[in-house]
Amino acid sequence: MRAVRARVPVVLLIPAFIGLAFLVLPMAGLVIRAPWATLVDQLATAEVGEALRLSLICATSATVICLVLGVPLAWMLARTELPGRRIARAFVTVPLVLPPVVGGVALLLVFGRRGVLGQYLDSWFGVSLPFTTAGVIVAEAFVAMPFLVIAVEGALRGADSRFEEAAATLGASRWTAFRRVTLPTVAPGIAAGAVLCWARALGEFGATITFAGNYPGTTQTMPLAVYLALEQDPDSATVLSLVLLVVSIVILVSLRDRWIGARA
Amino acid sequence: MKKLVALLAAPILLAGCGGSEQPPAATAGAGQSVTGEVTVFAAASLTETFTQLGKDFEAANPGAKVKFNFGGSSALAQQINQGAPVDVFASASPANMKQVAETGSVTFVKNKLRIAVGKGNPHKIATLADVLNPEIKLALCAEQVPCGATAKKAFEVAKLTPKPVTLEQDVKATLTKVKLGEVDAALVYKTDVAAATKDVDGVDFPEAAQAINDYPIVTLPKTRNATGGKAFMDFILSDKGRQVLTKAGFDTP
Repeated sequence: MRAVRARVPVVLLIPAFIGLAFLVLPMAGLVIRAPWATLVDQLATAEVGEALRLSLICATSATVICLVLGVPLAWMLARTELPGRRIARAFVTVPLVLPPVVGGVALLLVFGRRGVLGQYLDSWFGVSLPFTTAGVIVAEAFVAMPFLVIAVEGALRGADSRFEEAAATLGASRWTAFRRVTLPTVAPGIAAGAVLCWARALGEFGATITFAGNYPGTTQTMPLAVYLALEQDPDSATVLSLVLLVVSIVILVSLRDRWIGARA
Repeated sequence: MKKLVALLAAPILLAGCGGSEQPPAATAGAGQSVTGEVTVFAAASLTETFTQLGKDFEAANPGAKVKFNFGGSSALAQQINQGAPVDVFASASPANMKQVAETGSVTFVKNKLRIAVGKGNPHKIATLADVLNPEIKLALCAEQVPCGATAKKAFEVAKLTPKPVTLEQDVKATLTKVKLGEVDAALVYKTDVAAATKDVDGVDFPEAAQAINDYPIVTLPKTRNATGGKAFMDFILSDKGRQVLTKAGFDTP
């Protein structure tokens, strides 16, 4: 093993470290330039607490929605032979590459007050998603769902389907087999997908500001608060960014060790 | 955790080696004729007029090319202070201008707020107080950008407390919410309403007269194209420039 390591070509290591530095440096910059002297005061303001609370609630709710809808979707893509499955998979990945602002515009055109579906939601039920916390959750679920679906689908494809078949021969219904056999097998994949999904939802900006607007306490999540703080007070934007960075790192690191570490 | 610290530390050490980016030396423009690229940062509310004036300027100076960056004045001021290469800055508020240049700016136009409403004013909004009706969804600019600061002032003058559903990041985003029909009313500049008559109507209100925006313009000291920047600013201040601006609804100072 040592012999192999010694032969690691420098040609690869140098760009690898530059690449790593390129990703880590901006985060280090936040830490270096943070106004540490006034940090505590800035954090104590009601607006920061409100935006952080809203961010956590919305990201978590969006993740729950993604789990409820995304796991069956991933199962459908991985285990069934329904026609149009390939096209469905392509559509699932679109929000990954779509600029989030475009996602926001698309959501507005469908769920907005004048939208394709939104006009009926509004006139029949008096429900209007833009400018509500529910709208933030919808926007976040839209951009984050592919992360979950792709992770779970990969796990399902990697899992051995013979156990499900064995369960079926022992008399389990398809639903029981899914619940008792498939789900536990791919649980680490679901956890990994959920964490990625949650992190993506937490950082969501473009679709949120386009679709849900920006109002403190209702729709102003941390990324939006950062953006507007930068307009007037770069120091407070730095503080808010730092909070978001710390929250993301803590969650990603801790969950990775506890749930996914064993399999990764 | 030790590994994480090491990873974080490595780039910090690297950071010490990186030199700060220097803008290229100002071109020694000795001649009078305007050539090269002129970079103009301008408030979002100037989008239509400045685009037009940029074309006129290029037509009058065949060697010149005007490049625009439109956005919220405060965001533009931030970008300039972070070293964005720019020759001319036109801001929608003196406060944002002050962040960039203490002296040398000239107020070239003034702008007033109007209430933007859907075509035909379906909710019959006639006064500023009407937008407080709980049935009305109102969009305002965030206080951090000039149109929001001006709107706040107008409501203060009227002794009203607005209940907006959203605080948008610039005046164009605010107007878009009316255009899309997602809100019933928004406070935007008179000129923005004028530029969007296809989709919205405007309602004047008396308090607007006490919340007027001054637009200052400046040629930046660290400019790359001093002659071009100066010439563009002169063009904006010329009769021709004023004509285009007043036609769009701006008031002369």
